[in-house]
Parts: sequence; structure tokens; C-alpha cells
Amino acid sequence: MVEVKEKHGFKDIVNKIGLPTLIIGSFWIIVLIIGGMLDISMVTLMSDTIKRAGMNGILVLAMVPSIQSGTGPNFALPIGIECGLFAMVLSVEFGFTGASWLFVSVAMAIAFAIVTGYLYGKLLNSVKGSEMTIATYTGFSSAAIMCLAWLMIPFSSPKMGWFMGKGLRETIQLDAVGGAQILSNFMSFTVKGMTIPTGMLLVFFLCCLIVWLYFRSKSGVAISAGGINPRFAQASGINIDRNRIKANVLSNVLGAIGIIVYSQGYGYTQLYNAPLMMAFPAVAAILIGGATASRAKVSHVIIGVFIFQGLLTTALPVANQLFEGTDLSEIMRMVIQNGIILYALTQVGGGK
Amino acid sequence: MNNAYTGERLKSKSGSSWVADNIVTLIFIAFTIFGFVVSDGVTMNFFLTELSSRFFRNAFLVLSLIIPVVAGLGLNFGIVVGAMAGQIAIAIVRYFDMGGVSGMFLTFLIAFPIAAFAGYLTGILYNKTRGQEMIASLIVGYFANGIYQFIFLFAVGVIIKVPADHPMIKPDGVGVRMTVDLVKVEDGGLKYALDKIMEIPFMWAILLVAAAVLLLQVFRYVRNKNKATFIGQKNTTLINSVICLILIGISIHAIVTKSSLMMVRKVPVVIGVFIIALCIFNEKILKTKLGQDFRSVGQSQHIAEVSGINVDRTRIIATIMSTVLAAWGQIMYLQNMGTLNTYGAHTQIGMFSVAALLVGGASTQKANIRHAILGTLLFNSMFIMSPEIGLSLFGNALLGEYFRTFMVYGVIGLALGLHVWRTFVKGKEVIE
Repeated sequence: MVEVKEKHGFKDIVNKIGLPTLIIGSFWIIVLIIGGMLDISMVTLMSDTIKRAGMNGILVLAMVPSIQSGTGPNFALPIGIECGLFAMVLSVEFGFTGASWLFVSVAMAIAFAIVTGYLYGKLLNSVKGSEMTIATYTGFSSAAIMCLAWLMIPFSSPKMGWFMGKGLRETIQLDAVGGAQILSNFMSFTVKGMTIPTGMLLVFFLCCLIVWLYFRSKSGVAISAGGINPRFAQASGINIDRNRIKANVLSNVLGAIGIIVYSQGYGYTQLYNAPLMMAFPAVAAILIGGATASRAKVSHVIIGVFIFQGLLTTALPVANQLFEGTDLSEIMRMVIQNGIILYALTQVGGGK
Repeated sequence: MNNAYTGERLKSKSGSSWVADNIVTLIFIAFTIFGFVVSDGVTMNFFLTELSSRFFRNAFLVLSLIIPVVAGLGLNFGIVVGAMAGQIAIAIVRYFDMGGVSGMFLTFLIAFPIAAFAGYLTGILYNKTRGQEMIASLIVGYFANGIYQFIFLFAVGVIIKVPADHPMIKPDGVGVRMTVDLVKVEDGGLKYALDKIMEIPFMWAILLVAAAVLLLQVFRYVRNKNKATFIGQKNTTLINSVICLILIGISIHAIVTKSSLMMVRKVPVVIGVFIIALCIFNEKILKTKLGQDFRSVGQSQHIAEVSGINVDRTRIIATIMSTVLAAWGQIMYLQNMGTLNTYGAHTQIGMFSVAALLVGGASTQKANIRHAILGTLLFNSMFIMSPEIGLSLFGNALLGEYFRTFMVYGVIGLALGLHVWRTFVKGKEVIE
């Protein structure tokens, strides 16, 4: 009797936390323990984890609205990212520096992302049922067409061009415009050698709060309702198509802001092929946090991004020390990231 | 150009349906012609040489995509998994310094079980991700790439002990080198092992193929002359025959006058035979019981299930076939390249092959040999022309290269999007 009850309890816990969260979470803890035994500095690891989680957080958060609206994880994240990149590049071109650079970038990024997000939402409404595949290729195409834009638009700022020839550089140093770590260093402090990038985390949590509040407002609840049961929502007088567009605009805007936060934390703006694959780690992170392809919460974002980025940061030095000269942590990232997405896809459950 | 077509389509739905159905193909034809007009650096010789070598490299891979489409699995980006199986087989054969024609067939033999097993697993995955097979197949390629890298970068050396002085292995004894030379077939390697068996001049090949197709058309005409169903196809047969006659004329002219077209690189006969064999296989299998099962499952899984077909099993078989064929296709591809780009050769295969098939006019539910062959030709024409166009219009070849990446993704997105959209509109019309 007791045994049965315990088993039941164990299953409950697994169900509550979610299998992916549990597996990847325990894996992280194991790697951390190994790291501790290998005398790798825990403080540095934690500090890096927080930094990388803060950098990636908003990109992961962008998944919430699109999942909630029923269009699935936003595999077209590169669209939002390109908006953010374009805004940053324009802002440099116009000669802004420091805080004004940041604000102008964010403002322009939001404007671009609203327009492209609207168009993208329209597109998704006409391809219902295959959103994820179409989204992936829309994202890829947007990244590819922006490669042309980086080469062809006649930017003149010497901070961004090649020394000779036309076109923008592959990576643009944000130091030159005083934009590197501008948010991270804001009110940052150090506890026992652990650096906390307060500004960046504040922005991340602020965005989380806004999304959380939004999905408690009338408009947000309508979006969720449309995602859970489109027919029922339609019957209750909700305009589903409009809500799906709204959700994807929001997702796109978050993607655009996300890349700005990411770039300032990293110190560089990466153009050309860098955004191509950026959607997949973000999708994996929210799934690790416990989301499914049809349901996601802000808490999933926070848990997921810390576990996933934590694992990646920890695995690198540990794997390097255990097996010198191999790139095991990158291999592990590929397997975990894509394995988790595949697992989520098997849970979607299509009809025959 | 794109917009013009879209506008046209919206104006009259039924009238311009042929244009709408073939929009992707038309864009590519227009693009290639445009390329010839603007870039004067491209001679017919260079173009045909490039095109024929690319065609013989890629056609087998593109053809391996047809069966899954018929079986309703959509476009199988998962042929990347098959390509990896092929590369594993090549690596094994290369490691033991085997080669020549027998070594080549040994490679095919070794690739078979690996690819079949990988295809089996992929098939199970597709059954679990029903309705989302295409995105699943894309991701499974990335996932398998992780495992592949684990084997090649880590397992070889750490788990499987190998000598560090082997030319394939990195100097520190762990992992396979980035590029592995496959050694010329004269020196007992795999490079050109199939190509070198027999080669004939390009124009002779055109002559032979055109004559064969012409015979086939005549045969068809004679056999079906009086059948009622044939009347609609009469025109197609006629057009095909005329094209064949023109090609025969051109090739005979070239052979007799020894014009510059004779300078085009020779074509590998054996690969050609393999490609034709796969075409026939793809056609013939649809006439068997298994092929009929593929079709019924592709049309409606529910109805197939009710009529006693084991749907899951049929889908797995289709995936296995596609994966094995892709593995063999990749082996042919690599023996022609001559070097194994260990960590890069397979990554783009799925994307390019799918794009090629779509350019030929296929959709997620309809694909045949014509789509594959035409698509391979057109897609590779675009690939050859776009750096040239970039160079002559903007003075920058890099631009053309980014442009063709965009075309690959854009074509897949556009073709898939149009298809879903059309089904969606049709569904609406039915309801109304």
C-alpha cells in the first residue's frame, strides 16, 4: 500500500515539474558536482550563468505569446532579431552613442518589429496547420535577405564598414559607440566575486512582468483562449485571427528588444548568418523550462533559461578539463537542444 | 516579377491556375535566362559543364525524396540522416584503405544497414510527430548531426582506439580530420571510382537520352492511341517528341561539325545508369502492392487504416527507403567530389535537395520524377548563375552567394506557403 502511494507521489512530482525540466535540471546538477570535484571556480560559473541567462532571457520570453496564441513556438524569431539588428545599425549610423544609442535602437526596433510582426501574423493566418514549418523558413529567408541588405545599403559610418570595400562588417564592436555592457553595468555589483548585471536582469524581469500582466488582461486572456480551443473562442465572439496577429507582433517586438539586450551584454552586434539559427536555442530553453508546444508561462521562461544556459556554461569548462581537445560541450548542446524540440513535437499529437 | 504573378493569380483564379501552379518553376526559368542576358562572362560551355557535373552529383539525392512525399510524409529533410550514414560507410572503407570499384560497392553495402536502422528510427519519430513531420525531419537532421559529431570527433579516438598516424585521424589521435582525401581510384581509392568506369562525351549522352525518350514517346503513342484517357496527354507527348528531335538535331550537328559544345566535360555513364534505374524504380514501385499502400496512406491515413493497411509500418518503410537511397546518393556525390568534408558535406543536403524538388514543381503532396529532374536542372542553373549575376550587376560575387542562400530558403518557404494557402482557400470554398 505504502509503496503504491509513494509511486503515485513520485509520478505526481514528475508530472508537476515536467520530464524535460527534471532530466536537464538533474543533468546540470551532476555536471556542477563534477565541476566542483575538478576544482572549477563555482563563483565564475554562477556569474557566467547569470550573465548568459540575462542575455538570452528576452529572446526566450518571445516564445510565450506565440505559443499561447496557438501558433506554436516562434521559429521565425530571426525576423524580430533582424529588426533589432537593423535598428542598432541605423542608430550607430546616425551617430548616437551611449544611452541615447540604446534608447533610439530600442525605439526603432519596436517600430520595425510591429510592422514586420503584423505582416508575419497575416502570413501565419493563411497557413494554419503548418505554422511551425513555414515559420522556420520565413525566419531563414528573413536572415538571408538581410545578408543582402547588410552588403548593399550604403552605410557610411567608419565604425561598421570593412576597411576596404562595401558593406558592413560581420561583427560590429559596440565599444565604439559606448554601447557594450551598457545595461549590464548599470547598477551592477559584486558579491563574493560574483558579478550581478543588475540593469540587464532588471530589464529582463521587467519584460517578464509586462508579459505576465498582459496575459492577465482581457486582451491577453482572449489570446490564450483562442490558443486553447479556437472553435470555442470563436463561438464566444473572439476574433482569433486578430489575436494571433497581436500575439505574434508582441513576440516579434520581444525578439527585437531581446537581441539588443543580447548584443550589449555580448559587446558585439553579429550580422549576416549569426541570427539564422538563433530561434532553436530559445525554443529549447522554454521547453526545458516546462512549456509545451501549445502552453507556456512566464515562469517556464525564467526556469528554462537559467537551467539551459547554466548547463551550457558549466559543461564547457568541465568537458574541456575531462576530455582535452574535444568539443564535447558543443556536441552536447546540439543533442540536448534538438532532442528537447523533438520531444516536444512528439507531444503535440496530431490526428490521423 | 513575383508580385506580377501574384497579382495575375488573384485577378482570375481559374484562368491563370497553370501559372499559379508553376510559379516557382517559372521564377527560376526567368532567373536563369536573365542571368544569361546580363552576364557576358558565362559561356555555354562553362554553363553546361558545371550543370552536368552538378546534375550527376545531386539527381540521385533529389530522387530519394519522392517516396516519402507519395506516402504522405511531406518533404523529408531527414535525408540528412541518410547522408550521414553514407559518410560513415565511406569513412570506414577509407579507414581500411579499400577502394576501387569493389570498394565502392562495399561502401554501398556497409551504408545499407546503417541507413536502414537510422531510417527505421526516423520513421518511428515521424509516426509520433504526425502532422508535423516536416519540422520534425528538419530538427532530426540537426539532432543526428550532434550524434554524428559525437562519433566522429569523440568516439573515434577516445572509445574506439585508432592510430594517431593514420592520414584520416587528427594529429592528436582523437577525432577525424575536417577534410579527408578519398584517394584517386588509380591509386586504389574511392575518388571517381564510379565516374571513371566509363565516360562518354556530353553531346553523345544528350543524343542517346533524347533518342531513348523519343522512342518511349512513340511507343506510348502507338500503345495508347485509341484509349480515351490518352487524348488529354496527346499534346504533351507531341511537345516532348519535338523537344527530343531538336536535341537530337543539335547534338548530331555538334558531333558532326565538332563544335565547341564537344568541349563540355564528359559525363559518367554509370552514375547516369543509376539515376535512370532509380527513376524506373520510383515509377515501378507505385505499381506494386507496397506502392499502392504508400498512395492510400498518403491520401488519407484514416481510410487506409480502415481498409486494413498497417499505416505506421507503411510510413516507416517509406522513410527507410528514402534514407537508404539518400545514403547511396551521398556516396555517389562524395566519390565525385573526391574529398570527404567530414563535418560539412551533409549539412546542406536536405535543404538543397528539397529546394530542387520544389523548384521542379513538386508540392508536399505531389512529386514525381519529372519534378525531380527538372528541379535539379533548374536549381543548379540558378546556383551557377547567381554569383555571375552578382558580379556583373553589382561587381560583387559575394552578393550573388547570399542571394542564392536566400533563394534556397525563399523557395522552400514560398512553395510550402503557397501550397498550404491554396489548400486553405480550397477548404474555404468547399465550406461556402
